[in-house]
Amino acid sequence: MLNLSAQLNTYLVIGAMLFGFGVCGLIRRPTLIGMLIAAELVLCGASINFMAFNHFLAPDPTVGQIMTLFIMAIAAAEAAIAMSILVCIYRDYKSIELENLEELSG
Amino acid sequence: MNPTLLSPEGLSGLVFLGLVAVTICGAVIATAAKRLIRCLTGLVACFMGVAGLYYYLGSPFVAMMQLLIYVGAIAIVIAFGIMLAEPDEAKLVKKKSGLSGVLSLIAGSAVAWGLAVAALRADWMSPAVKLNDGSVRDVGMSLLTTYSMVFELVSVVLLVAILGSLALARTGRDKE
Repeated sequence: MLNLSAQLNTYLVIGAMLFGFGVCGLIRRPTLIGMLIAAELVLCGASINFMAFNHFLAPDPTVGQIMTLFIMAIAAAEAAIAMSILVCIYRDYKSIELENLEELSG
Repeated sequence: MNPTLLSPEGLSGLVFLGLVAVTICGAVIATAAKRLIRCLTGLVACFMGVAGLYYYLGSPFVAMMQLLIYVGAIAIVIAFGIMLAEPDEAKLVKKKSGLSGVLSLIAGSAVAWGLAVAALRADWMSPAVKLNDGSVRDVGMSLLTTYSMVFELVSVVLLVAILGSLALARTGRDKE
């Protein structure tokens, strides 16, 4: 139990759990901000997988770290864009509840 | 093979278990809490636990970046969003039919279970010869040689994201 930190499987299972929590939140949340929070969880699970494979299996242990840094940059860009879309929606509809946005669906 | 509790290895294993607990509890709070601000707090706890896991994976640099970018920037942006338009999520969840909660639970656990089983069953290749030890110096070297193109592209993406969010949030401001 105490040497779990030296096993690849521990990290893979944690990553899978975070991914599952994220998917669950994406379906469950009735607002855009809640879905954004769940999406961050999904990205975090993916980065844990990259870092675990990087530490245990990769011949060049910088690749996973660089991939994780890129994922962070993409997540930051995503959060910024999502926030400004949210501001726009709030201005037009005076709410960010998904139910009121039905007319946006194609 | 199993380290005793009070040896350095045992203590570090104990800290690791604590970090895993923080990560999972944070994720549960972020998914299940009724009010959005509590979700955000759970998300921050989860990110801090993950930063600790990165430290155990041998890269303190990425752990620090995780704290700096996720906790310091993304969480703050989301907090601004919540302050701007806090909806009453508790009422909304109640208004939604109970089916969506059950369905989301089923979907989430199915995805997590499938990924975990796939990871545990796979026969990972034994570690190859390491080319370097993955220190900050090596990361910097490969960022500026092998991955320099991607590095530049990511900075362009960030620039476009900043400009795009400014343009999006600005339109409609002077119309009213």
